[in-house]
Amino acid sequence: MLLRHTTKEIKERNALTINPAKTCQPIGAMYAALGIHNCLPHSHGSQGCCSYHRSTLTRHYKEPIMAGTSSFTEGSSVFGGQANLLQAINNMFTIYDPDIIAIHTTCLSETIGDDIVQITKKASDEDMIPLGKHVIHCNTPSYVGSHVTGYANMVKGIVKYFAENSGEKSKRINIISGWVEPSDMREIKRMSKEMGVDIILLPDTSDVLDAPQTGKHAFYPKGGTTVTDLIAAGNSKHTIALGEWATKEAAIALENKCKVPFALSELPIGLRATDRFVQALAKFGGVKVADTINDERGRLLDVITDMHQYLYGKRVALWGDPDHLIPLSEFLIDLDMKPVYIVSGTPGKDFEPRIRKALGDRADETRFKYGAQADMYLMHQWIKEEPVDLLIGNTYGKYISRDENIPFVRMGFPILDRIGHSYFPFVGYLGAIRLLEKSSGCSWTSRMRSARKRPLNW
Amino acid sequence: MDSKKINFKDPAEIKEEILQKYPRKVAMKRAKSMVANDTEQAKEIQSNVRTIPGIITQRGCTYAGCKGVVLGPTRDVINLTHGPIGCGYYSWLTRRNQTNTPSQDPNDKIDGENYIPYCFSTDMQDENIVFGGEKKLMEAIREAYEIFKPKAISVFSTCPIGLIGDDVHQVARAASEELGINVFGFSCEGYRGVSQSAGHHIANNGLLTHVVGRNDNGPEGKFKVNLLGEYNIGGDAFVLEQMFEELGITLISTFSGNSTITAFEQAHTADLNMVMCHRSINYIAEMMETKYGIPWIKINFIGADATAKSLRKMAVYFDDSELSAKVEAYIGKNMEIAEKVRSEVVKTTKGKLAMMFVGGSRAHHYQDLFEELEMPTIAAGYEFAHRDDYEGRQVLPGIKVDADSRNIEEISVSADPERYKPRKTEEQMAMLESKGFKFSDYEGMMAQMSNNALVIDDITHWETEKLVEYFQPAIFCAGIKEKYAVQKMGVPLKQLHSYDYGGPYAGFEGVINFYKEIERMVGTKIWQLIKAPWQGEPEIVGTVGMEI
Repeated sequence: MLLRHTTKEIKERNALTINPAKTCQPIGAMYAALGIHNCLPHSHGSQGCCSYHRSTLTRHYKEPIMAGTSSFTEGSSVFGGQANLLQAINNMFTIYDPDIIAIHTTCLSETIGDDIVQITKKASDEDMIPLGKHVIHCNTPSYVGSHVTGYANMVKGIVKYFAENSGEKSKRINIISGWVEPSDMREIKRMSKEMGVDIILLPDTSDVLDAPQTGKHAFYPKGGTTVTDLIAAGNSKHTIALGEWATKEAAIALENKCKVPFALSELPIGLRATDRFVQALAKFGGVKVADTINDERGRLLDVITDMHQYLYGKRVALWGDPDHLIPLSEFLIDLDMKPVYIVSGTPGKDFEPRIRKALGDRADETRFKYGAQADMYLMHQWIKEEPVDLLIGNTYGKYISRDENIPFVRMGFPILDRIGHSYFPFVGYLGAIRLLEKSSGCSWTSRMRSARKRPLNW
Repeated sequence: MDSKKINFKDPAEIKEEILQKYPRKVAMKRAKSMVANDTEQAKEIQSNVRTIPGIITQRGCTYAGCKGVVLGPTRDVINLTHGPIGCGYYSWLTRRNQTNTPSQDPNDKIDGENYIPYCFSTDMQDENIVFGGEKKLMEAIREAYEIFKPKAISVFSTCPIGLIGDDVHQVARAASEELGINVFGFSCEGYRGVSQSAGHHIANNGLLTHVVGRNDNGPEGKFKVNLLGEYNIGGDAFVLEQMFEELGITLISTFSGNSTITAFEQAHTADLNMVMCHRSINYIAEMMETKYGIPWIKINFIGADATAKSLRKMAVYFDDSELSAKVEAYIGKNMEIAEKVRSEVVKTTKGKLAMMFVGGSRAHHYQDLFEELEMPTIAAGYEFAHRDDYEGRQVLPGIKVDADSRNIEEISVSADPERYKPRKTEEQMAMLESKGFKFSDYEGMMAQMSNNALVIDDITHWETEKLVEYFQPAIFCAGIKEKYAVQKMGVPLKQLHSYDYGGPYAGFEGVINFYKEIERMVGTKIWQLIKAPWQGEPEIVGTVGMEI
């Protein structure tokens, strides 16, 4: 047994988190900043933060993750990190020549109260920021929220710094994406193109974190939302924000600053959330739903009906970020599956009403917990009490899967023990088919293994 | 000059090219950390100094060195991170320390303690930062005890802890008294020191203060040793444990691969400390010599020759003809097997260039393996080492202690009134030394390297890219953060932190694994397929066309 000390007897905890289902803000800010073209993320704190975030993002995406750090020492922790940040800004522009440096803070620089706006102004006053280049920032105290909050804060920071309303409305639609894989962002762009809607996607990590092998390391790969588009986002006629936790704040900021109205929707995971996304695209883009999209939807429905007998009534445990869990739960319910256990370490009081709505009349059959002590240890204890048929979540389900012999679909962040996941989407109708294929595939493999002595007929 | 050594071209040109890019002050500082090795005259290299903000470094923090490296591989202690969630999360199962948990009782289905797959954190929130986190820490320790009943709990401080002034040591003492188990804390905030290295030192101090020497009933044996600075990445410790068993050596404890708190507590009963990673663990070797009278020697079980040499050194120390005979037989048998593989592999590897920038000992140890593969190391350096790891321990008295190092506590240790016992008489020690046996010594990386090989401390990303571009090595060894950038340049990167999920690479079994792994990496044709037939040079088009 790998998690041999986990038992089903639940003792109340108020202070101890065991096997968390969230991590800290700055990593989200770093990921979001990588979705901006020619942008170098910068971590204002100790070296370790930057090193840990780069390592974790690298392990997930299997791509270079470039970012700077202010390399705090004991002295800077006492006297403030201004000197370190100024030096870092100067060094990064000189050595790595980004168009944008996107600074996020850490628990260290937040606790001592470094004022990034003031330090950036000083850098500008001292001519450390070359003409036409930008230094942007957001505050990401690690002791508030989760990695999703950090992502949301950086996206909001990006919008606040760049979007401009020039008075001339364009026909474009902004799509602010929650934290998904580069392949998902690519899929969102593809679907929009298929629909004939001209979008600005922000952030956009496709072609950044799935860059091709060419024999050359492009320090700034070709992808990422461009500064031109970030500015132009202020003239778009509408914004579609995909995921309340990751994008709502940015959508509000964009509306406040540039009067671009927004619609808040879920990430298009599963059938009905994708339907809503497609409807939003049609409505705000002023287009009809494309035939090709109808075909895609039809193919998904076809796969669902083909698979229904295997999915019906299956108990599922899922964990991860609220923006993933809500549409995913809705989809599982649509499939007549039972999402019985749901855990998210990310706080936010909207979680309960939203997940209840997604679960519909099944809500009372589901055990869910979010925020403090909503962790993988608790999830495992629930599973020990009454097992499930399928696990869906990030890498940290693997030991539960092995100990309890439960099929496991890796989805979300981080996935450290698989390669290739960032190349195929989970969003859209196609993404839903992928989820079904993966779920049924691993369930059947597991069934076949346990029935090795008694061959089954499929 | 040693026959294995090469006289490389003076790297002044590339050094100049690298430095040109930097702002003046940065260039001046970096220049001192980039040295062309001189086999005739020892050179000084700047190391263990602050990383320049914004240069993109490999380095991590003190917490990573303390919790992640030194205490991470110990299975029967609850390692509780006191701070916001991230630090605990990122050090959760990421160093690939394996452990082998024997059943406590053969009739019992419940296995022994192993908390390594778990992550424990106080997950501090803003109100804890404002009002202090000591109460939450105490409660978290109680909850951990209530649920798991461990024999020990250790607490690791993250950046905000020192700033808000939580006294983790006081809380640990109170918890120890209340719960009747060993609870101890580390002030390993990430901002201390200049790298992970500070964390190793803090961990060494804490282990000696709170753990070593608490249990006098260690296992009996004729030849009792501790292995220091071995972290069981990819199962290295399992190979070495097996080796010791075969040789009749009693391994009291390993710091800290596949280790237990109980074994640490008994470490003072060993008669020899063998130091593998000098950087991370030399402090405790020194302190154990002063406190308990255990001499230490530097050894290296990475590489066939190095393993043989280290085993012989150990045998000389114990001065026992039966042991020496066993060691010789063991070496003879295993050398033959390794040589068979080597002689095949070397056909692919011979003459290809290697580079390694990693750790505080690995960038040295692995040069032994590359020598056996007949791959010259053109450039190397450490991520967090000190001058003595490069230049040898003789430079120790001359190293200027700067403010960052002074901030790391030096604990004063004296001979234990009951447990101090010299393992050899002064005459015996002198006798061994007169025969060239070296106690408490480490030569450093540079003594082994070729003339004009480039030695770079705390290499930056810019320097990494320039080196790869300039030297076009056949293989680059570093860590996960460097891996994909270097590979995008068409050069395979071997991770020497996590072993790319491979290993073990220690001992003779490891040697064979490593030979084959490098053969795979430098022998594959995959890198030549990067260009599509319509993009490449004519000969590549031809080759691909023929295969189709």
